[in-house]
Amino acid sequence: MSTTGPEIELDPTAADQVTDPAVLGGNELVADTLGEYLTAQWKRIKGGESGALPVIIGLIIIVAIFQTQNSHFLSSGNLVNLIEQSGIFVLLGMAEVFVLLLGEIDLSVGYVAGVGAAITGELATTPHNVNWFLAVLAGLAACAAIGLIQGLLITRLGLPSFVVTLGGLLGWQGFVLWLIQKDKNAPGGSIPVTSNVLNDIVNGSMSVTAGWIVMVLAVAAFALLTLNQTRRRRAAGLVTPPLSLTAIKIALVAIAGVVVMLICSRNRGLGLITLKGAPWIAPLLVVVLVIYSLLLGRMRFGRYIYAIGGNAEAARRAGISLNTIRLLAFVLCSFTAGVAGMVYLSFQGSMSADIPGGDFVLYAVAAAVIGGVSLFGGRGRMSGALIGGVVLATIFNGMGLIQIGAAGQDMVIALVLLAAVTVDAIARRGRSAT
Amino acid sequence: MVAEASTGARSTDRAPVPLLRLTGIGKHFGPVQALRDVNLEIYPGEVLALVGDNGAGKSTMIKTISGIWSPDGGEISWEGNRVHIRSPRDAAALGIATMYQDLALCDNLDIVQNMFLGRETVRHGFLNEESMETAARKTLTDLSVTTVRSIRQPVGSLSGGQRQAVAVARAVLEDAKLVIMDEPTAALGVSQTAMVLNLVKSLAERGVAVLLISHNLVDVFSVADHIAALYLGHVAGTYLASELDTQRAVELITTGALAGSGQPGAGKD
Repeated sequence: MSTTGPEIELDPTAADQVTDPAVLGGNELVADTLGEYLTAQWKRIKGGESGALPVIIGLIIIVAIFQTQNSHFLSSGNLVNLIEQSGIFVLLGMAEVFVLLLGEIDLSVGYVAGVGAAITGELATTPHNVNWFLAVLAGLAACAAIGLIQGLLITRLGLPSFVVTLGGLLGWQGFVLWLIQKDKNAPGGSIPVTSNVLNDIVNGSMSVTAGWIVMVLAVAAFALLTLNQTRRRRAAGLVTPPLSLTAIKIALVAIAGVVVMLICSRNRGLGLITLKGAPWIAPLLVVVLVIYSLLLGRMRFGRYIYAIGGNAEAARRAGISLNTIRLLAFVLCSFTAGVAGMVYLSFQGSMSADIPGGDFVLYAVAAAVIGGVSLFGGRGRMSGALIGGVVLATIFNGMGLIQIGAAGQDMVIALVLLAAVTVDAIARRGRSAT
Repeated sequence: MVAEASTGARSTDRAPVPLLRLTGIGKHFGPVQALRDVNLEIYPGEVLALVGDNGAGKSTMIKTISGIWSPDGGEISWEGNRVHIRSPRDAAALGIATMYQDLALCDNLDIVQNMFLGRETVRHGFLNEESMETAARKTLTDLSVTTVRSIRQPVGSLSGGQRQAVAVARAVLEDAKLVIMDEPTAALGVSQTAMVLNLVKSLAERGVAVLLISHNLVDVFSVADHIAALYLGHVAGTYLASELDTQRAVELITTGALAGSGQPGAGKD
């Protein structure tokens, strides 16, 4: 179909046309100083583009309240506990982000995680005794396959994701139960985790030195990437954020890394036992977050997910294959639920049929929504699930510490969730009003 | 599909070959004859306004050109060669960009992201934001779009006219040769309308042919080089804009003929 030959020259990007940066600056928001940038940022927040700031402020307030009620809250032992508890919420939340961004939902993530954990747990112990790596691979592959089946039903048959995954919620629960009941080697309906590697995902720690090295490398990589991006934008004559802001960003990440490592490096063992170093779950979460953030923010796949969530018809007219992208999103969602399943397996030290898969779905959606992911599709980031998951874990952990039971915890979580959804809905109304 | 290319399109005179020529196009839906024996030519760098009352066949016509409906009979030629436009994809491959009233933009994506949607520049598997932003900015500047605050703001925060500008810029980035605009000023205020009409002029200056569908004769007379009037599915006449005034245009639209006129299309050269 392509036309070649001496055409009329229409190419606006033709190299021989001179670009004058001075002229082009006219239609830009030029923020040369930090002050101007903050003013622009404040306008954004008022316009419904609040980002993560309100949640982080909320988290700080929650932490302050818990610390005044129980001074043990900010001890290194409890904070490492908190990181370990966050893992499942964060991963399930990340799984949900893929489909929430499309304006869809996946109610099955809890029990899909269960299926992954059950398969891996079963394979890694007697009588199969499969190598831990292969067992994990099999569990994750099973979860991805579940995503494929559910995704095909949703995209090819046009069934609503709510109903398909509601079926998944029930069906995969049954599957987990069946698998565990079938296992004659599971004492008391519980598959023990005998692999040290699997146990160590949550319960084991890196050595303190290794932890510091990994942290420094990670911060250095972040700084290099950020500075490189700024440099390339400047080279292309584009507006760049003020250097002071970039410096502050890098400094904040570095401080966060140092604080986490300081907490993890202190001996949190009781009595004679020495226990220190960052739990393996911490770098795992960072790696998954970085990969998924790149996928959503820097690659075509992610761009198309946002486009479909924003305006599916526009995406279709732009030539995007809606079904392919949707299908991939459901596969990634279930796969990530599988990763959460591995963490659950490690956290529990065993796998039984009473995995709270129903609660997990609600926490997954809650983590994403608290982290600023819109239920209406098209808005939110992967890092939102991290923040939201940490908020959930903090509330559970802190309320447990100040002796408030499950009843109170659930009610508080409900209020936080309602607050987050209200912010989302108001922001949405604010946007449509403009 | 098209081997031959037109030459000399940039000269002040019309190109020897029209970009798009419809000959004897007909289209019926059941017993309703929506289009009959429609003849129309549009040349590069020219704004052709298509006017007509409700139900005159304007929508059917642009949908035929943009590949949504196939004509029952007649011939479409593109740059002198006969073509069959069977789908919107065919139309896009030829270089026809159709902008419907809803514009089909993603409100949650920013201007650059919308302009490049589906055609992103990629480097080592990652989106090349720098090159896209540079190209987007250049296109907008070339189109004299200077009212947007930031090229990185979400399209949902833009005014109606600015959204039109993004859609037009998208068409320019696609290297569209023919841009069809369906009532682009229908929902706009005075200054926004002026901005969109300027965009139409810039497009024509770049050598792009513009087919403008509009009810607003003031807009039509301010930008159109030629005016084609549809009346009951038939082209009642194609005139130089200077040959008509509002009153005569209304007469054409409502009666399908000019009282005491000569041959329709006279004096086109």
